[in-house]
Amino acid sequence: MRGATGSTNAGAARATPGDMAALLDGSDEGIVLCDAGGVVLLANAAAARLAPEIVPGRPVPPQLDPAGSSMVTYGGRVIRVRTEAAGDHRALYLSEAPSLPRRAEFLLEAARRLFASLHPRRCARAAVDLGTEFLCDLAVVVLPPATNRRVEWIRAVAGHPGPEEGVMPLSTALRVPGLTDALAGLTHGSGGRQDAGAVPDWLLPEGFGPAVDLLVFPLPGNSVPAGAMALVRRAGRPAFDDEALAMVRDLASRAGAALSAASLFREQSAVNAILIDDLLPPDLPEVEGMRLAGRLRSSQQAGAVGGDFYDVYMSETGAGHDSGIGIVERPPLIILGDVCGKGARAAVLAGQVRQSLRALLLLESRPVQLLELLNRSLLASPAPNSYVTLVLAALRVAPDEHVLVDLAVAGHPPPLVLRRDGTVEEAPARGSLLGALKKTVVRPATVDLAPGEVCLLYSDGITEAFGGPTRREMFGEERLKEALASCAGMPVDALVERLEQISSEWLAGGQQDDRALLAVRAGGHDPATGTETGTATVATPGAMTVWAETTG
Amino acid sequence: MTQAGMTGGPAGTGAGTAVERYLKLIGEADEYGAVDLVLDLIDEGVPAEDVLLRVVAAGQRRVGELWAAGDWSVAREHGATAVSERAVAAIAGRVRSKPTRGRVTVACADGEYHALPTRMLAEVLRLRGWRVDFLGASVPGPHLITHLHQTGPDVVALGCMIATRLPRAHATIAACRAVGVPVLAGGAAFGADGRFARLLGADAWAPTADAAADRLAAGLPSFAAGSDGAVHLGDEEYGYLTRHRAEVLARVLDLLRESYAPMGGYSERQLEHTAEDLGHIADFLAAALYVHDAILFTDFVTWTCEVLSARKVPAESVVLGLRLFRDVLADCPRAGALLAEGMEAATASRPSGGSPPRVT
Repeated sequence: MRGATGSTNAGAARATPGDMAALLDGSDEGIVLCDAGGVVLLANAAAARLAPEIVPGRPVPPQLDPAGSSMVTYGGRVIRVRTEAAGDHRALYLSEAPSLPRRAEFLLEAARRLFASLHPRRCARAAVDLGTEFLCDLAVVVLPPATNRRVEWIRAVAGHPGPEEGVMPLSTALRVPGLTDALAGLTHGSGGRQDAGAVPDWLLPEGFGPAVDLLVFPLPGNSVPAGAMALVRRAGRPAFDDEALAMVRDLASRAGAALSAASLFREQSAVNAILIDDLLPPDLPEVEGMRLAGRLRSSQQAGAVGGDFYDVYMSETGAGHDSGIGIVERPPLIILGDVCGKGARAAVLAGQVRQSLRALLLLESRPVQLLELLNRSLLASPAPNSYVTLVLAALRVAPDEHVLVDLAVAGHPPPLVLRRDGTVEEAPARGSLLGALKKTVVRPATVDLAPGEVCLLYSDGITEAFGGPTRREMFGEERLKEALASCAGMPVDALVERLEQISSEWLAGGQQDDRALLAVRAGGHDPATGTETGTATVATPGAMTVWAETTG
Repeated sequence: MTQAGMTGGPAGTGAGTAVERYLKLIGEADEYGAVDLVLDLIDEGVPAEDVLLRVVAAGQRRVGELWAAGDWSVAREHGATAVSERAVAAIAGRVRSKPTRGRVTVACADGEYHALPTRMLAEVLRLRGWRVDFLGASVPGPHLITHLHQTGPDVVALGCMIATRLPRAHATIAACRAVGVPVLAGGAAFGADGRFARLLGADAWAPTADAAADRLAAGLPSFAAGSDGAVHLGDEEYGYLTRHRAEVLARVLDLLRESYAPMGGYSERQLEHTAEDLGHIADFLAAALYVHDAILFTDFVTWTCEVLSARKVPAESVVLGLRLFRDVLADCPRAGALLAEGMEAATASRPSGGSPPRVT
């Protein structure tokens, strides 16, 4: 600069420091001089407008001090920063980036983030994040009040990590001016401007300072508001201008649409979850004298229900019923079956079979008669193609930790039995499928399990899985028997898991049917066995690697 | 993690001896003994996280080594792991923690069945105050994404142990991030330095369960940042190998029959196991092509040679298999280069004293 120190123009009037300050303050560009350590020596008025945190004597906020030139987001706006050497010091020149691209960027980001998730909380988080990134210093979304007069809120504060959230009484939330109307879908004044001086304590975090401008507006949803939003600018920042108000309208309409879609999805998911709950396999109970383990994989990956099913019916003692109805005493009973079809429709029929059996069991306990009754009930069902195959097994505890398994099979692959010496046999039970013919033919069988021996019930999704090294070979019963034999001595849940893993690896990501496994092992606990059936081939490499191991 | 409590506890409960006793119990599939051991440690004041990581995980690490060395059978290894699952569940049941942090979904990558390390991560996060949904082994992508829409977690922690699952893990990471949820990746498959986690677009990576908990405590972005023109992984050769895996394997098997006389006497099951082993080579080769990383493949080859030599199978058979793959994949120069490096690794891992293998 020439003339600043008066060295070149002796005799003429000199610029005073006051003149210099006025000159700098008159610039639209923010001008900051800082020392080599980044501490501000002087800053003009435009710099203070753009970033109130730039104060002489304090370090420049690190985002605003890049090497060279760059665009940075700071305090809800995009600032172009240019750094130049100035003698021993450095000068920063700050200017706000043109606003049109800013709005375009805002719209792109809003579309990307607001519609990414179908979860209301995630949508609300995206909305408040967008608010503080593009528009304000603090943004809060208040979701519609629940029936218990409490509301969920999500708040983001510029410069703070991730949004916070919580629940509060509706009456406390409504201390925000204009919120009552906003939650009812009404907007006041210019874009919902409210008295910033009337902001309640809960809205602002400690140390935030006074609010200078406050907008409170509804998030329009499907005929009912999806919530309300409040945006705050803190002292030192300008009030929301027309440009900002236009962006606020964009934010409100998009966030409202996203939130209402998410709320709809949540409602439907909740209904779905209730309906599905009875169709999912039950948690397996502890049964005296034996161990149970089961696995179910559905071909419909997102739905998690299908036509394969299993269930456990705990023993009925008959005692304690003085209602005059003769309740039949019986041991615990397990079933595993497969209904015709796939997906939700099949799952509903499977659920009906399980419920029918629960009722029938109150009056009948003999496996063959149960199948007969179930067949009649299926034939009477109005649903078409109510064909079911299943295995029914009554589990009787016998002396010396033996378990006697009374099996009745209806059109289903007969269970496999793993003996202590590692041999595998097929249970001799046979029978016709249910729901097709008036007369069922069932040939029951009883299997005696010594301690440690296993009876495995499975569905044909396991044996009829196509895959293998060539990708088009059926897994087949022989391979299942061999896999089961390799599990001798394993705890029963490890056995079931291993069989499922072998089956999945056979499928290698190919098309899969529903697959079910249910195993019972005699003996109250998995005994220590020294049986070493070491046919160690190279199983999956890296089998036992642990997170803690990869510190290399 | 502090050593206190592990070495300073009552006599006989130091970490070293606790791990040894634990290993003995799980080796006998003694569930009650193992559960009693870990619960006693907790009752004696050892932090639950230490019991998880310094006893159970340490014991499982030994199990892996014992299996690799051929000392333990597959059945024994699976039995031990099942008991450890119960031990982890028992610890989780004994030590309650109040959720004070956000919500995390923990899942194993699609096709990944080694759930225990990831399960332990889930428990460590729960102990550190996170609300955790653990979805278990081999979580299909659509299942995971449905869960994310339904529960809206702050972050997904994805475990993957075997490198062959990386392409599917990549799809899952991208899907999570597309719905805005950042992903923390962990497990051996992502590389000892986490290089594959970064490559596949994960927002963070951690080598161990406790490091993962620390990383989450430090905070991740609340919305997964947009990927700036995501790296394009996989290429023509990867596509060819995955599409024609069955044909490639069949041709390699045929060539092997011609050049390896003992195969004539193989039973059908032995042939099937051989095909499975060759399948692993194909899958690791595909994974290495996918992430453009030769070390992934050579590490697998070296490891395989060690496992096989513990079972009295000479490394030469691996070299032979790799060479046949190279012959069949003659039109795939990148695969050929990887296979050549694999052969070198297999040769180097061969115990000294044997006859030098012919590599042409």
